[in-house]
Amino acid sequence: MSAQPAEGPVTVIRPSSAFAWADVKELAQYRDLFYFLVRRDIKVLYAQTVLGFAWAILNPLIQIVIFTIIFGRVAGIDTDGFPYILFVTVAIVPWTYMSDAMVQSSQSLVTEQHMLGKVYFPRLIYPLTPTISKLLDFSIALLLVIAVLFHYQIAPTWNLLLLPFFIVWMVAIPAGVGMWFSALAVRFRDVKFAMQFAIRMLLYTAPILYTASPLPEKYRLLYSLNPLVGVVEGFRGCLLGGAFPWEYILPGLATTVLLFMSGVMYFRKMERVFADVV
Amino acid sequence: MTQGQTVISVDGLSKVYRIGQKERAHDSLVAATFDFLLAPIRNYRKFASLYRFNDLETDASGTAVADMIWALRGVSFSVRQGEVLGIVGRNGAGKSTLLKILTRITPPTRGCVQIRGRVSSLLEVGTGFHQELTGRENVYLNGTILGMTKKEVDRKFDEIVDFAAIEKFLDTPVKRYSSGMAVRLAFAVAAHLEPEILIVDEVLAVGDAAFQKKCINKMQDVGRSGRTILFVSHNMPAVKMLCNRAILLNEGRLMMDGTPHDIVSSYMSSDVGVPAARQWDDPRTSPGGSVATLREVRVVGPAGRVVDTVDIRETVGLQMEYDVRVPGHILMPQFYVYNDEGLLLFGTVDREWQPHPRAVGRYRSTAWIPGNLLTAGTFYVSCALLSRSTDTSQFYEQQVIAFMVTDNMGEGTARGDWAGWMGGVVRPRLEWETSHNEGARKLHTVR
Repeated sequence: MSAQPAEGPVTVIRPSSAFAWADVKELAQYRDLFYFLVRRDIKVLYAQTVLGFAWAILNPLIQIVIFTIIFGRVAGIDTDGFPYILFVTVAIVPWTYMSDAMVQSSQSLVTEQHMLGKVYFPRLIYPLTPTISKLLDFSIALLLVIAVLFHYQIAPTWNLLLLPFFIVWMVAIPAGVGMWFSALAVRFRDVKFAMQFAIRMLLYTAPILYTASPLPEKYRLLYSLNPLVGVVEGFRGCLLGGAFPWEYILPGLATTVLLFMSGVMYFRKMERVFADVV
Repeated sequence: MTQGQTVISVDGLSKVYRIGQKERAHDSLVAATFDFLLAPIRNYRKFASLYRFNDLETDASGTAVADMIWALRGVSFSVRQGEVLGIVGRNGAGKSTLLKILTRITPPTRGCVQIRGRVSSLLEVGTGFHQELTGRENVYLNGTILGMTKKEVDRKFDEIVDFAAIEKFLDTPVKRYSSGMAVRLAFAVAAHLEPEILIVDEVLAVGDAAFQKKCINKMQDVGRSGRTILFVSHNMPAVKMLCNRAILLNEGRLMMDGTPHDIVSSYMSSDVGVPAARQWDDPRTSPGGSVATLREVRVVGPAGRVVDTVDIRETVGLQMEYDVRVPGHILMPQFYVYNDEGLLLFGTVDREWQPHPRAVGRYRSTAWIPGNLLTAGTFYVSCALLSRSTDTSQFYEQQVIAFMVTDNMGEGTARGDWAGWMGGVVRPRLEWETSHNEGARKLHTVR
């Protein structure tokens, strides 16, 4: 019995307990992997396309044009006095990010199942990666927002300082949804179809194409529990100026915190059998 | 052999898998329609149940729950630093489940494992390789997937590229690589992990001979540097050569723990493995029917001696001996040959003796499998005897004996001097004919 003592950390593998919080320390160890997965997503998305990153602008732009024609011109929807293009652009850009990230995050475990069964790294990385990689598209689409603001000569106000807060919030929503639904999708592939449907509906549940102001006050709290409402109103407040409609923003913030925390817990509870079931 | 402290300790490890319940059969249109309408509820229960293990206790006590499979049952062992441990067992013995638990892909149902140091596994070669990314990007992605940091990959990058010999194609997307290049690059990343514990699962059969040699050297380097290796293989000579200890798994249980020599010989000769020869001394307990009884079945070499390993070029005989007790029956001996994935390669019957009714006495029937037909690997043989007069099976012993075919190259082989991957479930040595059409005028035939 000689030789140098074995080095390295001790890993204990045992039947996983039902409740666990995210292992932040472990996630931090894998931050480089996180970075390379995000890079992969970004690079692969526009591989072999002619327009490449121009799609990140074209996609919201086309939506904006269509919605402006239908809702702005034909239906003549009230926009609290802003030109309809301006009104819809500042909302469509975060909405496009959130819907893309939600869809991709929810499918992350299913699409990466070949890795799931072959190698271990913190499973939370799967649903969280799309929420970061989609931020690049979002940043590019922000140019569109800036162009529109510039065209209508909207000067930035102090409200803009709160934008980072709303961006973090905007990321937390698909992250929470993604953790819930990617874990569910491992067992129930119905999630894929349900998401397509839900995304189409969600667009109309938040004041993206219209303004929430005609809503009767007694429904306001219920309506604002939808976290999308808060993000959209927050973006409008930051970019267009004026007073923030906090009564529309705060309820959604509470829902988001709940969604995110429960998402982590549900995911961590379910992750022990991902590799066996997927 | 100097060995250090315990680096892996496995204690009472069990793992149960739930498989989905069987599909229901329905016998009428009404039932089928009803069933179709209720399907969502049933599917929900089924998929949801894949997560539940609350009823395990009843299962462990013996009342079997139909849709659960115990892949591992109370396995305990420990491994010291520097040991090269061979893990041996038939398909379904629990080897891959054990590896999946050790690499944290799936958690155990019961029991616990303590591991000191980083584990990496050559099961994972090429995991996460993306076709659209370049070689360089894939090295970083794959490296970090396997648990390295960017810094570590930076440090070993040149070595990896050197090892894989792909400098020129570093910035080419992997989808333009030949499959050999991609495998080399993937293996190079895995080989440079420098984990404290390395798990190797029969993947060394990739790449050409020169590259395989590199890999073996790399593995021996790892062994010499005091790291611990777990080696899973069906290849018994390799286990004997590379390991200094081995364990034998069967049906999820640890059957034996000892020297590679002992483990390999008991694997090849006991009920756990499948022997090359079996005999039944007592006619009362030997398999048989109303007409004939099986007495012996074995694998023999060209000289008629029992063998468990043959060269890929050699003829190998499957032989059964049986007693015929009732005269006048037309009997048809049969053999079925399976590979180690359970695939039936072929069946064969005795044509010569068929028309002749048999007299009472001892018979020996041998089927000769020509050399250069089977590929390298382990083969399992079922033997049967059918009475065609009464159309009754006299005996049918499934996968009762086994033998191994070892690969070779050079003179008389199907691969000639090609050392690369051949694949396939058989490896016949075929006649080739290549013609050369020069300027579409003359046709030279080269034989």
